Amino acid sequence: MTSLSLLNRLAMALITLFGVAVIVFVLLRVVPGDPVAMMISPGASEADIAALRAHYGLDASLSVQFAVWMKAILSGDFGTSISLHRDVLELLAERLPATLELAGAALVFAVMLGLFIAVFATLTSRTRLAPLVDTLNGLFLAVPDFIWALALVLVFGVLMPVFPLSGRINPDVQEGFHTQFFLLESLLTLRFSSLVDISMHMIMPVLALGLPLASIITKVLKQALAEAMVQDYILLARLKGMSRLRLVLQEALRNAIGPTIALTGVQFTFLIGGTVIVERIFAYPGIGNMAIDAVINRDLPLIQGLVLVFGAMFILVNLASDALVAWFNPRMEG
Amino acid sequence: MMTPLLSISGLSAISLRERGAPILRDVSLSLARGEVRGLVGESGAGKSTIAKALLGILPGTVKVTAGEIRFEGRDLLTMPQKDFRAIMGSDIALIPQDPQTALNPGRRIEAQLTDGLRLRRGMDAKNARERALSLLAEVHIRDPERVLKAYPHELSGGMRQRIMIASAFSLEPKLVVADEPTTALDVTVQKQILRLIRGMQEAHGTAVIFVTHDLGVVAKICDTVTLLYGGKVIEAGPTAAVLSHPRHAYTRALIAAGPRYDRPDAGLEPVPQAVFDQLQAELAMPFSSEMNHG
Repeated sequence: MTSLSLLNRLAMALITLFGVAVIVFVLLRVVPGDPVAMMISPGASEADIAALRAHYGLDASLSVQFAVWMKAILSGDFGTSISLHRDVLELLAERLPATLELAGAALVFAVMLGLFIAVFATLTSRTRLAPLVDTLNGLFLAVPDFIWALALVLVFGVLMPVFPLSGRINPDVQEGFHTQFFLLESLLTLRFSSLVDISMHMIMPVLALGLPLASIITKVLKQALAEAMVQDYILLARLKGMSRLRLVLQEALRNAIGPTIALTGVQFTFLIGGTVIVERIFAYPGIGNMAIDAVINRDLPLIQGLVLVFGAMFILVNLASDALVAWFNPRMEG
Repeated sequence: MMTPLLSISGLSAISLRERGAPILRDVSLSLARGEVRGLVGESGAGKSTIAKALLGILPGTVKVTAGEIRFEGRDLLTMPQKDFRAIMGSDIALIPQDPQTALNPGRRIEAQLTDGLRLRRGMDAKNARERALSLLAEVHIRDPERVLKAYPHELSGGMRQRIMIASAFSLEPKLVVADEPTTALDVTVQKQILRLIRGMQEAHGTAVIFVTHDLGVVAKICDTVTLLYGGKVIEAGPTAAVLSHPRHAYTRALIAAGPRYDRPDAGLEPVPQAVFDQLQAELAMPFSSEMNHG
């Protein structure tokens, strides 16, 4: 990507983010559910309710509220959580790393598994294994993340309790972290005891989130590889004496990976959306889990902050996947 | 007489997709070292099928039912896979029809042009690069250093076809199969490419099978010609003889159908229906001996 188109994309991203802010702000105020009613004890007087409304600025008009909120956000003030009585930005900073690590691990897992199976399926496309791989992958495609989560809980949490059922890390090993990126920090500082503990906690949610994505990557990449493998340049490379493995990895993969990355980017945003329910199931302390509590409690400042963070993540993922596609496609250079 | 470099005899093939419809009917032809033979026919005549059978790249829907393809005396159809792979690319090379799709869009020319040299000749990167540069010079590419660094999309169709020719001749094959190598190119470039293939062939003493639908091309570069229709050899022989004294009505009609550059106002003569009727009648009598004129 040239610097000009990069600037363009960034400007577009900001506009999109602003759009997200408008929509979430308006939506939250037109759907039923009164945050004040959630905060105040039953039987409070009209005057008390009005006072509380005024305290949170909820008595002003919608446009004024939006302007006030926008101004605050631009100065870095996301407000105070109504239900948790803490600074929203602080809460996000505390919880976001957990979700980033979970989603990141799921992505890495899905890409590696999808890549491996797609290449394997291409190498064995003319054998009796081919229909088996297709059928299995079709099955995996049909199972959504939360079903995986529940099935995994049942099998590895209850029937054969090998993995911890909930949480992110055992409190015993949680001491001494400087950041909230527990997995990264353990990796970088080679803290194996906590690394093992964190991995054990992560395996099930990562599987639940990653398996559906892996099967999508498999399907798309396998298709793209199949299309590449009948091209003339593959035929000529084969005549030049290349092994089939080399044909797939060196000749076909590079051309097949572009569409796969583009789609993986889109699907990864769905995966991030999936963290909401999967984190809930595994009581994983990320922003997805927090989002459900925020919605239940009508915690408007927190919901708004969370939606903006999710929006920003989606936009960044799309930017990154576009950049990767361009990097892999020499025709899009300069 | 020396054994021919290539001799195809009694080759028959059917289409599995069209309920066993014959694609090749008892095709025989032979090729001496250094000979350029045109394989001519309209689409569906079987010329590409012969080329593909020779290269071992027939689609799964086509099945060879009889015949043999002897290369230096050994049957390519029945030899062990390992021997076949050793011959293919090394002794027999292909110039593809469409240079757009024949180069990998994701790899630089240097990598693609040196694959064979490194894999088949065990050259190191530096030697392979030297060889690639001299090959590019040989196919009249002016700025070989730049071309080696380029991706295919940065080059014109003519340039790409020159690279394909350089690639085909890079391992000094004994036989090059040129599969309609000029049909995807501009008319102005076609002539240069034809001249280039002929020049390379003469310089390296390589035999060429030139698949084309254009008798004009055959007249320009082929020593001998085999004309096919419906998977059957209609006529074969030295190019000059076939073109000046065609024996079969179809050959005569095809020659008459070609554009007359000396008389551009004359218009094109379609092949008369009576000739097609005659061809259909001949195809209906399998393996008739009258057919083998050449």
